[in-house]
Amino acid sequence: MKPPLFRYQAPKTLKEAVIALASDPDAMVLAGGQSLLPALNFRLASPSLLVDIQHIDELKGISIAHGQIIVKAMTRHRELELDERVRQANPLIAETMAHVAHIPIRNRGTVVGSLCHADGAAEVPLVLILLGGSVVVEGPSGRREIEADKFFRFHLSTARRRDEIAVEARFPVLPAGSGWAFDELTRRHGDYAIAGVGAVVRLDAGGHANDIRLAACGVASRPIRLLEAEKLLSGTALGEAELKAAGKAAADLVSAPDDMHATNAYRRRVVAALVRRMVAKAAARARTRQ
Amino acid sequence: MSTRQFGARIERNIDPKLLRGEGVFVDDIPLPQPLHAAFVRSPFARARIRSINIAAAERHPGVAAVYTCDNIGDLDVEMPLLIPHSSMKHPHTQRPLARGDVYYVGQCVAMVVAVNRYVAEDAAALIEVDYDPLDVEIDIEKAVEGGAPLVHADAPNNIAAHFVQVSGNPDEAFAKAEHVVKIRVQVERSTAAPMECRAVAARWDEVSQELTVWDGTQAPISLRGGLASILKLDEDKVRVIAPDVGGGFGQKIMMFHPDELLVPMAAMELGRPVKYIEDRRENFIGASQERTQIHYIELAAKKSGEVIGLKDSFLHDTGAFIPYGIAVAQVASTSIAGPYRIPNIWVEFKAVYTPTVQVTPYRGCGRPQACFAIERAMDQLAEKLGIDRFEIRRRNLIGEKEFPYPREGLLFADGLKVTLDSGQYHKALEMILAELGAANFAAAQQQVRAEGKYLGLGLAFYVEGTGLGPYEGGHVRIHPITGKVYVNTGLSCQGQGHDTVFAQIVADQLGVKPQDVIVVEGDTKAFDWGVATFASRAAVVSGNAIHKTATIVREKTIEAAANMLEADAADIDLHDGAAWVKGSNRFVPLAAVATASNPLRYAFNKAAQAATQFAPASRHDGPPLEEGKAPGLEASDYYSPPCATWAYGVHGALVEVDPELCTVKVNKYVCIHDCGNMINPMIVEGQVHGGVAQGLGGALYERLEFEPSGNLANANFVDFLMPYATEIPDIKVMHLETPSPLNPLGVKGVGEAGCIAVGAVVASAVEDALKPLGAGRFHQVPLTPSMIQAALDRAGR
Amino acid sequence: MTSRRLKRRFAETAEDPTLQVSLTVNGELIERTASVRMLLSDFLRHELGLTGTHVGCEHGICGCCTVLIDGKAARSCLTLVAQADGTEVTTIEALAAEDGKLHPIQQAFKESHALQCGYCTPGMIMNIFGRFNEPEPLDLSDQGIRTMLSGNLCRCTGYVNIVAAVRRAAQLLGRV
Repeated sequence: MKPPLFRYQAPKTLKEAVIALASDPDAMVLAGGQSLLPALNFRLASPSLLVDIQHIDELKGISIAHGQIIVKAMTRHRELELDERVRQANPLIAETMAHVAHIPIRNRGTVVGSLCHADGAAEVPLVLILLGGSVVVEGPSGRREIEADKFFRFHLSTARRRDEIAVEARFPVLPAGSGWAFDELTRRHGDYAIAGVGAVVRLDAGGHANDIRLAACGVASRPIRLLEAEKLLSGTALGEAELKAAGKAAADLVSAPDDMHATNAYRRRVVAALVRRMVAKAAARARTRQ
Repeated sequence: MSTRQFGARIERNIDPKLLRGEGVFVDDIPLPQPLHAAFVRSPFARARIRSINIAAAERHPGVAAVYTCDNIGDLDVEMPLLIPHSSMKHPHTQRPLARGDVYYVGQCVAMVVAVNRYVAEDAAALIEVDYDPLDVEIDIEKAVEGGAPLVHADAPNNIAAHFVQVSGNPDEAFAKAEHVVKIRVQVERSTAAPMECRAVAARWDEVSQELTVWDGTQAPISLRGGLASILKLDEDKVRVIAPDVGGGFGQKIMMFHPDELLVPMAAMELGRPVKYIEDRRENFIGASQERTQIHYIELAAKKSGEVIGLKDSFLHDTGAFIPYGIAVAQVASTSIAGPYRIPNIWVEFKAVYTPTVQVTPYRGCGRPQACFAIERAMDQLAEKLGIDRFEIRRRNLIGEKEFPYPREGLLFADGLKVTLDSGQYHKALEMILAELGAANFAAAQQQVRAEGKYLGLGLAFYVEGTGLGPYEGGHVRIHPITGKVYVNTGLSCQGQGHDTVFAQIVADQLGVKPQDVIVVEGDTKAFDWGVATFASRAAVVSGNAIHKTATIVREKTIEAAANMLEADAADIDLHDGAAWVKGSNRFVPLAAVATASNPLRYAFNKAAQAATQFAPASRHDGPPLEEGKAPGLEASDYYSPPCATWAYGVHGALVEVDPELCTVKVNKYVCIHDCGNMINPMIVEGQVHGGVAQGLGGALYERLEFEPSGNLANANFVDFLMPYATEIPDIKVMHLETPSPLNPLGVKGVGEAGCIAVGAVVASAVEDALKPLGAGRFHQVPLTPSMIQAALDRAGR
Repeated sequence: MTSRRLKRRFAETAEDPTLQVSLTVNGELIERTASVRMLLSDFLRHELGLTGTHVGCEHGICGCCTVLIDGKAARSCLTLVAQADGTEVTTIEALAAEDGKLHPIQQAFKESHALQCGYCTPGMIMNIFGRFNEPEPLDLSDQGIRTMLSGNLCRCTGYVNIVAAVRRAAQLLGRV
């Protein structure tokens, strides 16, 4: 289990990196490497060139402006998780990040890298989908912003073109007065989710949900919004019957086939339960934030 | 008098070096310019090899050699059948490198030796093997049906062995039965997964014509014998060293894995050290596995709950080869009646070839499967008769006064009669009842059910035949300069703390600190009589051998010290590293006694001056060394157990099952455990903790996922779910100490104990928790959330 | 099987592209030429002889190879030595004092019998050491410690005594 042969470049500027990546059709971007290195060690990936972007200063850091949390490409999971400004601006993010693998992996793995890896069961893509964020990519033909729901195509595949570098991700701050919740079912702590559900809920003065967003990971070939469940809950007081119906609607969106870790039927049950629990938890938090 | 060291919680001698990162595992051995091996492995479970093209690999820069079955000379043979048995009509073992056919995904087809492992893997990828895939059947129940594809053409119905054992008169018992329960239980394939994968390094010395092999093995001496024989070398020219070994759990008792022969061969042929460090993927697809068994077990009982007969017929998956004989199945079959009297037993097994990695013992070695079968059946019988689960066990446990309790007709894996030697089974049951709060549990269960919580209680008893023969030895020597005590035995250690427990045994005899006893094992040049570390036998067999040896050295020391102190031997006492005249302050340090016991010509220090042949104290008539005497304070002795000694225990758990998420949380886990006299309770507890965690892995998480094609779908730690700390609860261990009457120290083995009962405990507890939901029975482990979901689904929940 | 045959000749080196790396390992500046694909774990173990860092899976699950990179716990098997260029790496060999006196975390492991075969131990300790060095408060509840330890597999101990050792280490280091 040793990596195959490749060439390696570690440019200092984004411009050089873009040129390097475009120079070789079998080149790959190396950021934290926490998904790429296992693939290399198993010889499941065989890039001819690795473009290491860790020395590019313009790809570092987190900023918050205009309602967006801007996470540059070399931001490690753990940085985002522990950033106090981010915690204030959107507590869902820190809460979810704690579920990503384990601390030594989060110390090295990058947030944007996780988005680009696009595992259908991963937590960070779910957060981007749930919050309606976006990914900014840059290639030889320039820079473009891709909305979350267009970014994830299917398991391990995104709208980023091969010659583009994802330079930042934009996560909206939590809408004022909203409650949030995320939880997932994993077989072991830190594993990819059998199913995970995130919820953002805002209530009106009468306690009815006037803005509700739900998303799930692990249940399809990419993270998905649970739109049917949202519809059933929208405008309601989130009573038991509505939650149950929403859970069932969410379960009906589970398309993942049986695999060694879970049957489709089991995932359906988990999603239904998590939707009920997460909506209730988010609503309870919304009440305290009103 | 010094405090007794036997029985004390002494910190381990080996720890500082391991903690500082100074442990030396095989891949840490600094070798001059080593070459590295990598393998080409079969991607098919069953196929005929049409051709192998190694030309590109041979030309690849940095490659020293490429081997296939065609250029390994005398090694191109089936490897040894280690434990022959008459029940095997068509025994097969694998060749180091496949010739003609491959029999499982992962089988070695070619070996590349190169300047480093990276290049070796590059070159291995250049080898083209043309396969003709054949049909396979990996389901053991289907594999034994007529018409199933055969793994080996000469083994009809894929049956590798068929064996029946009978104790008492089971037919008569079943005819008299008032109740009979029959269940089918299944335990699935797993693997030991030691943290250090297997590893071999070899160096051939051209000048001395000596082969040195470093192998992370549990059996250095046996391996040495095999290597010398197969490589046609004098045994004395082969040295096998098992350095620090990162866990074994049975996987490293198996020999030979192909690399264990091929690496030494390559080192000899290439004149350079060669090493093979198995990687994790290879450990999954190439190293021995265990566990798959399907039992049909029947209990014949009276209305009272007394079980008068047992019939068990099981299939045992042995993989594509059966190099370790029927050991696993035989241990299962002789453990099937557990701690219960059950005087009439019929037990049959068929070992079944499947096109998968060979099956050889993994910690537990058939016992977890047998325990799962009998304990699930006991629960079922209790339910049928409306008797409490504790009560039905109480009515059947062998009483304290009934030992030794023979099971006439059953032969254990050592070929000797099964005789349970001692125990306090009823007391263990009372202890677990109390510790679990079983009396009040039903009420607590009822109370939280209203809140939607489902609590369950599970328990299971187990027995474990430990300390098998044939024998082990010990060598003890007091060093003349330092007075430190050197101890050798023929085992190797994979984390069990041999260096500390053996030191404790010796310390008591020689009156020294355990820290001053240096245990060296795992090196055939240090001691080369013995067998191996397996079957929970180190403390029993080597422990007693070392104890016997230490008593001899004690006598020698006392005799020599008595001479030096001009006192009567009966008045000499050994403590604090010296020999003392009892009741006085006259003493002589052990170093001095050791020096004086060795008549010297040269005086190299003060103690030596007193020991030279011209020193006044040495003058007596006759030769300096009396006829029949040996120099120094040193001895060797051996211990050969009359038969296995049977440890036992009972485990219990309180769990909570979330019926929505189908998750199982273990809130409390208790082990009542009896391995006879404990040498070091801290180490005993560590062994039990680790065993329980491994058992929980097998109960809830770990399953090797073979696809119908025979491909292993989860040959990695991402998908083979070995538990982290977050998946394992706190584990409470409580001891009973019923001495074994079979050996001088009164000890029984503990290595495997922890893992045996866990599957049965968990299934019992989950079943109990979900009973109100009508989820039915759980007769298969690992017990996964999807299985709970399916059960609840069937119950309409 | 004879050793008396002609010695084979072959290219003694690989043809990997190499690069110059410069990194600080346990306080010492190291400048070496290395293959671009060499894993940091192999570099530490085989180029520098720091074999206390173990390799258990080479896919980031077992944690045996954990070291600190710039003070933070990381998998050396999931890091190319090229990526470690310019960093400060700390391995298990740096923990005990020069005279061999154990670091309090190591001492706690010894007192608690928190190791058996010792193969996972260096990675386990480096992970704990990394956490103890973070400014974040430590959660020393049973669950908190277990979460800290998750990411490091141990096959011997059942973790019970490792949990106890973390608690003991926190005591020894005045973190309780």
